[in-house]
Amino acid sequence: MQSQREYVLRTVEERGVRFVQLWFTDVLGIPKTFSITPAELENALEEGMTFDGSAIDGFSRVQESDVIARPDPKTFQILPFRSGGQSVARVFCDIENLDGSHFEGDPRHVLRRQLERAHDSGFSFFAAPELEYFYFGDSKPGAPPTPLDRGSYFELTVADISTDLRKTTVLTLEDMGIPVEYAQHEDAPSQHEIDLRYTDALTMADTVMTVRLVVKEVAQERGVHASFMPKPMTGVQGSGMHTHFSLFRDGRNAFHDANDPRGLSSVARGFIAGLLFHAREITAVTNQWVNSYKRLVSGYEAPIHVSWAYNNRSALVRVPVTKTGKTESTRVEYRATDPACNPYLAFALVLAAGLAGIEGGYELPPEADRNLFAMSPEELRRAGIHPLPRTLDEAVTAMEGSQLVADALGDHVFEWFIRNKRTEWEEYTCQVTPYELERYLPAL
Amino acid sequence: MEPLLCFPDPPAGGLAAALDAAGYAWRAVNDANAAQRDEPGDGWTGAVVSAVEDPEGAFSLCRALRKRETPLSPLLLIVAPSQLEDLELREDLFDDFALADASPAELEARLSHLLWATGRGKRHEVIAYGPLALNLETYQAVLSGRPLDLTYMEYELLRFLAAHPGKVFTREVLLSRVWGYEYFGGARTVDVHIRRLRAKLGEEHAALIETVRSVGYRFGRARWAP
Repeated sequence: MQSQREYVLRTVEERGVRFVQLWFTDVLGIPKTFSITPAELENALEEGMTFDGSAIDGFSRVQESDVIARPDPKTFQILPFRSGGQSVARVFCDIENLDGSHFEGDPRHVLRRQLERAHDSGFSFFAAPELEYFYFGDSKPGAPPTPLDRGSYFELTVADISTDLRKTTVLTLEDMGIPVEYAQHEDAPSQHEIDLRYTDALTMADTVMTVRLVVKEVAQERGVHASFMPKPMTGVQGSGMHTHFSLFRDGRNAFHDANDPRGLSSVARGFIAGLLFHAREITAVTNQWVNSYKRLVSGYEAPIHVSWAYNNRSALVRVPVTKTGKTESTRVEYRATDPACNPYLAFALVLAAGLAGIEGGYELPPEADRNLFAMSPEELRRAGIHPLPRTLDEAVTAMEGSQLVADALGDHVFEWFIRNKRTEWEEYTCQVTPYELERYLPAL
Repeated sequence: MEPLLCFPDPPAGGLAAALDAAGYAWRAVNDANAAQRDEPGDGWTGAVVSAVEDPEGAFSLCRALRKRETPLSPLLLIVAPSQLEDLELREDLFDDFALADASPAELEARLSHLLWATGRGKRHEVIAYGPLALNLETYQAVLSGRPLDLTYMEYELLRFLAAHPGKVFTREVLLSRVWGYEYFGGARTVDVHIRRLRAKLGEEHAALIETVRSVGYRFGRARWAP
């Protein structure tokens, strides 16, 4: 710890860092930050920085609004983009109460607690997400977004811009030590995807926060708006965050079993069974916005049924086939999550559900080897395949009845989240939408 | 790094070979005058004095070195087993001692610990390999003149690897030597950090860190490779 602090302080001095941004995340996964000067840094590393958390979503409590941001020196990183020509660094923070105990509303702590639970059973938990997002021309809030690479005779040039942006983004991420596995243009116009190399889930949740920021920052420099909104345009595919998960025990992939004909261990089967059993309960967190459910509809390669399969892209949980000999890369892919989730909470709940399946010896239902989109509701019912929640309202109701989610999130986050999401749903249902005006106003 | 002072001239037994093998520069002297005359510009880094051949000369040299305005430190004294009682009441003349039959590895370990303890620490304040340089005092890494923005663990891993070019380390060894404390992630953590380091080294230099299939990782090539 001492040498980590020393490293941070010395680097700030040597590199002429002018500001250090303290980063943390609210319950909805929105990044929060305040900056301190190098002079304040030593004290911040020793004692943390006190701030009033009452304005931050999920941070408010009844009696006490002050909390402490304690920098995690392992996460100290000089930012590759300068702010006003000045060198700036960031460090992720854990949030504590004034008495030094963990603050219950800190998503980083929620995930850490779940990772410690896994650790007690000898497991370490890895995640590798694939983030999809759109580039839009700068448009006003409320107006429909304009994709960059569709339209007019500028097509060639603007298509180049978004490819260029993606390249710059990948290079910037690599400069920050975030290796990118693939970056590609997605199906929809102006939609792009960045696939990250796996890391432990806590580092990955931090990384997702960083990637969302870098993607937006790089775009903004070119006057372009990057958005992780799950479904920004009607009629084209939405943006998901398919995430590959694996458990390791004693340095070996615990999902792999050489004696199983498909190479899948009982740990993996339990994990998938747990994920499926609790999928409906965790959806409010993996897909936390009203808009998230506009993506989870039939016809766009997004999952809508609780199911698993080896190689069926309509399934909720997919077990990708690993290359021969690559047993260490055995993993499961959870396909519901969208990139506008709070990654700390989403990873924590996926892990909690998976562990419940392993510990409780849940039985894995048969593989869904048919195209689920092509099956009738009756066929699905007979196959015992349930739908995912179709709206935020349904998802919150499913979550509310879940002991697993309440335990994993802790009472503070659990209750605040449900309250907040109920309010969001109520506000949404009161809206008269352009869809209704267009359809009903002339006719009724 | 300036050379170590060695006594007597020429150094006895396997001492010269041991210092060479450990990668220390040294210069032998026969008395206090020579120590003064041959002293390098930035002062001796330390001294290794053997009392085995000429105890009188050795102790008087030690006394002279310790009576300077800034006493020379660290000073490693080498004695024969029969000379152990001569150390009594001379405790101020040396920082540590070793028996004449100590192995080269022991001498190296004692020296490196002494240098560290007296703040001259890091034997090489800069580790340089090809386009890469690490300044151990300021914790800064430079690649082809461009500073690398490393996190603490990335820096520690790179420092460890670059200090042992050409040597293959297993993930387990890297974990215990570089991390060495409670961590999440087990041996896979090493892979993750190696990848992050390679990303920061950039495509051109990522190959500095090689994956040795089903063993572990190797940084660069041994300097003294045939």
